[in-house]
Amino acid sequence: MLGNEAIARGAYEAGVKVSAAYPGTPSTEISENIAKYEEIYAEWSPNEKVATEVAIGASISGVRAMASMKHVGVNVASDPLYTISYGGVNGGLVLVAADDPGLYSSQNEQDTRCVARAAMVPVLEPSDSQEAKDFVKFAYELSEKYDTPVIVRTTTRLAHSQGTVTLEERVEPEDKPYERNPAKYVMMPANAIGRHVYVEQRLKAMAEDGNEFAINKAEYQDTSIGFITSGIPYQYVKEACPNASVLKLGMVHPLPRKLIEEFASKVDKLYIFEELEPVIEEQVKSWGIEAVGKEIFTVQGEYSANMIREKILKQEINIKNPAKVPARPPILCPGCPHRSVYSVLNKLKIHAAGDIGCYTLGAVPPLNVIDTTICMGASISTLHGMEKAKGKEYIKNWVAVIGDSTFMHTGVNSLMNMVYNQGTGTVVILDNSTTGMTGHQDHAATGKTLKGETVPAINIYHLCKAMGIEHVVEVDAFDTQKLEQIVKEEVARDAVSVIITKSPCVLLKGNVFPYKCKPVADACKKCGACLKPGCPALTKQADGSIAIDDTMCNGCGLCEQLCKFGAIERVEA
Amino acid sequence: MTKNIMIVGVGGQGTLLTSRILGGIMLDARYDVKLSEVHGMAQRGGSVVTFVRYGEKVSEPIVEEGQADVLIAFEQLEALRYAHFLKKDGVLVVNEQQIEPITVVTGAAEYPEDIIKGLEQEHTVYKIDAMEEAKKLGNAKVFNIIVLGMAAKHMDFSKEAWLEVIEKTVPPKTVAVNQKAFLKGYEG
Repeated sequence: MLGNEAIARGAYEAGVKVSAAYPGTPSTEISENIAKYEEIYAEWSPNEKVATEVAIGASISGVRAMASMKHVGVNVASDPLYTISYGGVNGGLVLVAADDPGLYSSQNEQDTRCVARAAMVPVLEPSDSQEAKDFVKFAYELSEKYDTPVIVRTTTRLAHSQGTVTLEERVEPEDKPYERNPAKYVMMPANAIGRHVYVEQRLKAMAEDGNEFAINKAEYQDTSIGFITSGIPYQYVKEACPNASVLKLGMVHPLPRKLIEEFASKVDKLYIFEELEPVIEEQVKSWGIEAVGKEIFTVQGEYSANMIREKILKQEINIKNPAKVPARPPILCPGCPHRSVYSVLNKLKIHAAGDIGCYTLGAVPPLNVIDTTICMGASISTLHGMEKAKGKEYIKNWVAVIGDSTFMHTGVNSLMNMVYNQGTGTVVILDNSTTGMTGHQDHAATGKTLKGETVPAINIYHLCKAMGIEHVVEVDAFDTQKLEQIVKEEVARDAVSVIITKSPCVLLKGNVFPYKCKPVADACKKCGACLKPGCPALTKQADGSIAIDDTMCNGCGLCEQLCKFGAIERVEA
Repeated sequence: MTKNIMIVGVGGQGTLLTSRILGGIMLDARYDVKLSEVHGMAQRGGSVVTFVRYGEKVSEPIVEEGQADVLIAFEQLEALRYAHFLKKDGVLVVNEQQIEPITVVTGAAEYPEDIIKGLEQEHTVYKIDAMEEAKKLGNAKVFNIIVLGMAAKHMDFSKEAWLEVIEKTVPPKTVAVNQKAFLKGYEG
C-alpha cells in the first residue's frame, strides 16, 4: 500500500467523516483514496486554507476530520492552523503535511516541524506505510485527549513508497455533542489570552506523557553507537547499522525529554539523524546532551544508508561514478496547449510572471517565457507590483500566466487587487480544465467534485467580468494567429485585461485525438521553425529535415501552423 | 537476503504499471516488499526511477548506488544514467529505444553513441528492441511488459505466477496482449 493510501485507510479506520484538501505532490493520493470510502465526505477545496477551515468546522461540530496538503500548502493554511491550536477540537482533527526533502516537485524544501513548533501543535512522524495508517489513528486519540489539532508529517519518500499494511475494521466513534463554547471557539483577545495558557500546559503535558507513548521507542542493542531518529531516516539507520541502539521518535514535537536523556546516558556516542532542519538536535543539545548531527549531515535533500556507512562507520563506499549523460528534465507533453501559448508569447518577446503548475516549464529552454515563479497565485500580484514600481509602459511586454486551478486557488484574490487598485496589465489564464501537474484533479471551475458528482462549474469568464474587468477574451489555445493578435491588443491597453486560453490537458481521460501531424515528403526547407517550441514528438534527422514520432504525436497542429512551407500536414488519424 | 530491482525510463513509459506488477508478484509470494516511485512533475517526460526491494524484512525503500541486482531500463540513455546503481554481478535488461531529451533536441547536449556496447563491457546486458516487438503484437504500449518478461528470468518467480499477477493488475481488456508481451520477453 502506498504511504498516502495507508493514511487514507487510517482515516477510514479511525472513523473520520469529513476530509478536505487541495492537491499537491506528494499529498494528492491521500484525498483520492479517501474519496473511495462511501462513509467519508471528501472534497477538493479551492486552497489549503479553505480545506483546513472545512475540517475545523467539522471537528467543532463533533466529528473526526482531516485536512491534507503538501508542505507549502501548510503556509496557506497557517492562519487557521495557528489559531485552532488555541481553540482546540471537539471531534479529532488531523492535518497531514507532506514535506519534500530533495525537492522532487516543489518550490522549496521547508520543514513542517518548524511550523508546528511555532503553532504549538504536536507532530507525529511515521516511517513506513503500516505506521502511516497506525499513526493517523493514534493522532485522533491524541487530538481528542489533549484537545489539540495534530499534524501527521510525511515526506515524499514515505508518501510514494509502498509497503505491506495490515487492515482493520472501521470504528466510528459517536459524534461528540456540540455545545456552544465561545471561550474556546471565538478567538478574540479576551478568550485567546486564556487559551494561550492552556496551549502551553498542553504541550508540557504531552511532552511528559510522551515518555510513555508506545510510538516513542528505545531499541537497545549495541550501546557503543546510539541514534535518535524518526520517519524514513529510521529505515536508513536500520539498513546501515542493524545492531546499533536506536531511539525512534514517533512524536517529534513536543519531545519526550526524560526518554531522550535516559537513552543518551546509555549510549557511548549519540548521533541525531534527521532530514532537513536540526529540529530534534537543537532541542537535545540545549539540554546539555552531547550529540553529533548537522556537523556531519546536511540540511539539504534526502538521506541514505550510505551516508551513515560513510560518515559514521567510515566504510569506503566503492561506487562507480555516474556516467556523464545529458540531463532529461521534465517537459510539456506532445499536444500540450501550454506549448502553443508559450510559442506565441516567445515570438512576441513577452516576459511572463509565472505561477505553479506544469506551465512553470515555460521558464526553461526552448520556451524561455517565464521570468518569475514564487508560489500559488503570485503571478498576478507580482505583475501588479512591477507595474506599480515601474509604470504602465514597463509592463507592456509583460503578462501574468496562471493555470485555471491555480487561479481558483489564490489567483482570484490577486486579480481583485489589480481591479481595485487600478492596475494595468494582462493576465493569461491557461485554462486546461483540470489541475494538471498533480495528476488531474477537479476544481470549482471544472464542474465535477472529488466524489465524481456533476455540479455547476464556476465560469471563469463571468467571474472576471463580475469583478468589473471590461476586457476579457476567450480564445482557443491552439489558434496561434488569433491568440497573437489578441495578445498584441491586450498588452497595449491601459487597463486590466484577461485572456483565457482554452484547451483541455492532453492527458485528460476521454480526450480524443482525431488528427496526426506528418511531414510532407521533400517540402522541408530545414529551417527548424517547427522545432522551436520543443515538442518531444519532433526530431531533427541527420540531413536536417524533421521526423514526427507517430506514437507520441497528438495531432495538435502547432508544428503545422509554424511551418511556412507546407512541409507538415495535419491528417486524420 | 534482500533483492533490489530498479526500473528506469522516461516519464510516460509505464514504469508505474510495471512496478505495480513487480510489487504484486512479490506480495503474492509472501515477501516483505517496499517500492518507491516518482509522482508529479517528473513524470512529464522526465527521467524517472522506481525502486523495488523484497526479502524477509526490508528496511529502506530505496536502492542505493552499487546495490541493484536487476536494472530494467526502458530507454538507452536512462540505462546509462543509472548503470552505476548495479552490483558487480548485477544484470541490466535494456530496451534499445532511444528518446532524445529536450537538452539534445535543443542542441545543448548530444545523445551519446554506442551506449549498449559500452555497457556490455562492464555489465551483463540483455537487450531487446521491445518497441518493434510490441508493434508486431499489435499494441506498441506493451513494450514495457516485454522488457519486464526478459528481466523476470533473473528473479525467483514462476512463469505461471507472473501471468497470474499480470491478469490481476492490467486493465481487463488488455490482459491477453500483456500476457503475450510478457511471454515474448520471457521465452524470446
